Amino acid sequence: MEPGDHGSEHDDEPAEIKSAPPGLGPLTRRSALLGMGAVAGIAAVDVGGFAYAGGWLRPDALTPPRFADRFEHVYGQHDGFRRNHAKGLSATGSFASTGAGAAICRAAVFQPGSVPVIGRFSLGGGLPDQADKPDTVRGLGLLFQAPNGQQWRTAMINFPVFTDSTPQGFYERLLASKPVPGTGKPDPQKMAAFLDRHPETVAAMKIIKQSPLSAGFADSTFYGLNAFWFTNSAGATVPVRWSVVPRDVAGANAPGPSRGKDYLFDDLIRTLAQRPLKWRLILTIGEPGDPTNDATKPWPQSRRSVDAGTITITAVQTEEAGNARDINFDPLVLPDGITASDDPLPPARSAVYARSFTRRAEEPKSPSEVNVAQVLS
Amino acid sequence: MTGETNETTTAPARFALPSRILHWLMAPMVIAQLLIGVTMIASLSYYPLLLAIHRPLGVLILVFAVVRLVNRLTHRLPPFPATMSRAERRIASWSEYLLYALLLVQPLIGWAMLSAARFPVTLLGPLRLPGIAPHDIDIYAVLRECHSVFAFLLFATFTAHMCAVLFHTLVLRDRLIDRMAVWPSKPASPEQDAAKA
Repeated sequence: MEPGDHGSEHDDEPAEIKSAPPGLGPLTRRSALLGMGAVAGIAAVDVGGFAYAGGWLRPDALTPPRFADRFEHVYGQHDGFRRNHAKGLSATGSFASTGAGAAICRAAVFQPGSVPVIGRFSLGGGLPDQADKPDTVRGLGLLFQAPNGQQWRTAMINFPVFTDSTPQGFYERLLASKPVPGTGKPDPQKMAAFLDRHPETVAAMKIIKQSPLSAGFADSTFYGLNAFWFTNSAGATVPVRWSVVPRDVAGANAPGPSRGKDYLFDDLIRTLAQRPLKWRLILTIGEPGDPTNDATKPWPQSRRSVDAGTITITAVQTEEAGNARDINFDPLVLPDGITASDDPLPPARSAVYARSFTRRAEEPKSPSEVNVAQVLS
Repeated sequence: MTGETNETTTAPARFALPSRILHWLMAPMVIAQLLIGVTMIASLSYYPLLLAIHRPLGVLILVFAVVRLVNRLTHRLPPFPATMSRAERRIASWSEYLLYALLLVQPLIGWAMLSAARFPVTLLGPLRLPGIAPHDIDIYAVLRECHSVFAFLLFATFTAHMCAVLFHTLVLRDRLIDRMAVWPSKPASPEQDAAKA
């Protein structure tokens, strides 16, 4: 494949240029100009279409990079950390399936048996070194590694419903809740204006406030919030929301010597140094009419649920290269048997998590706030 | 294609039939893939759907690119038309090599990039590919950057290639595109005119 391997028998016949073939007409100035116009037009459509698709010609479109920008605008940019749920702790354990989940889902993870799990406990918000507070949203990301190579990833929080029904609502709420430098709290007027426009958020926040707040990570229930379709081996499909519910709540948190800046994480580390922590994986099955496209709306308490098995967290690790720090808990990495519903949030979460993951991957990394060795020393 | 060299005296100088078929099978795939790629990273709602198409389509392009490379190495090219200068021929040849390289490398980078980020490389339903890179976020970062740079380079090379062929066909009217045509074209060609003269 050298440039010269094209034949060159006809190199020296410039007169041919003028011998236009029949049907295309002679080569005139007019035809050349028309031709050039056509080429320029096609090139403009080509480049313009590409730029439009990429969002560069649509400054008002809400794209994943702009969503990630908003987190940086509100919380500042913190190299190497997640744009949201920046403060965290890596965890490992396993999921022992009872086999009960197999009735509604053909995914291998629901067959009786045990699969390894990688997890991450986190606090909501983009500040990697924020002080732990009881009412800050707590997160648990899980990656179930099935023996057939399939993965199930989920990122859950300790709220029974989500605060927003659409990505646009979340995007607007982020800005409205940006702390004002003077008070450290959101601008009340901006927040009120946002809530006026978003009654679904008002209703969701009421439900969240009514649900009891647990003392720490170990006794928190974490909710998947979004509905997904579960399909069993017979091909029957049902809508499902899942949650992980702590077992043995009493005395779950070993009280630490102090209520330090990282007390929620410190308590978790000390507890896990003594014994593993267990959660039951509960699959709640929706019925016709239950909203699958709105994570702000709870399903009725009476819905049937399946105890799919026990998640056991055996150890936590300081975030570092190779552990949960480097996992994107993308809620749309799903095994065969689980598919996304019509909820608009998971696609947006998947897209924005991917952008956040790429940004932090490309940035320099620095040590995480929560350090297991320091807590146990 | 035996007899291809004999044909050039009686028909337009064309690429071998398998080359032409491969070219027009791959062209829509590559254009769609570029559009899907650039659309999905800018979309909140279509990202998962487009990504689910992007992965298997990339693998399909990789398979075709390998077949095409073998085809390219086993077939002789038709002569350049007289309407192309020496410099233009050199640019055309090198841009062809660049396109081959990008079409082979870009899917491999996408595959390796997902592997480095520990993502399952899902093709269709339960069908998956194995990982081809170590689980390492720094490797992911480099590969992800390359995937973007090469995507823009591929788009630029494709655009230049398309515009050059259109310039020849619509402005110089030398019927350059007939060399790659899978559709019937009139027997007259510069080469044939030259042969008659």
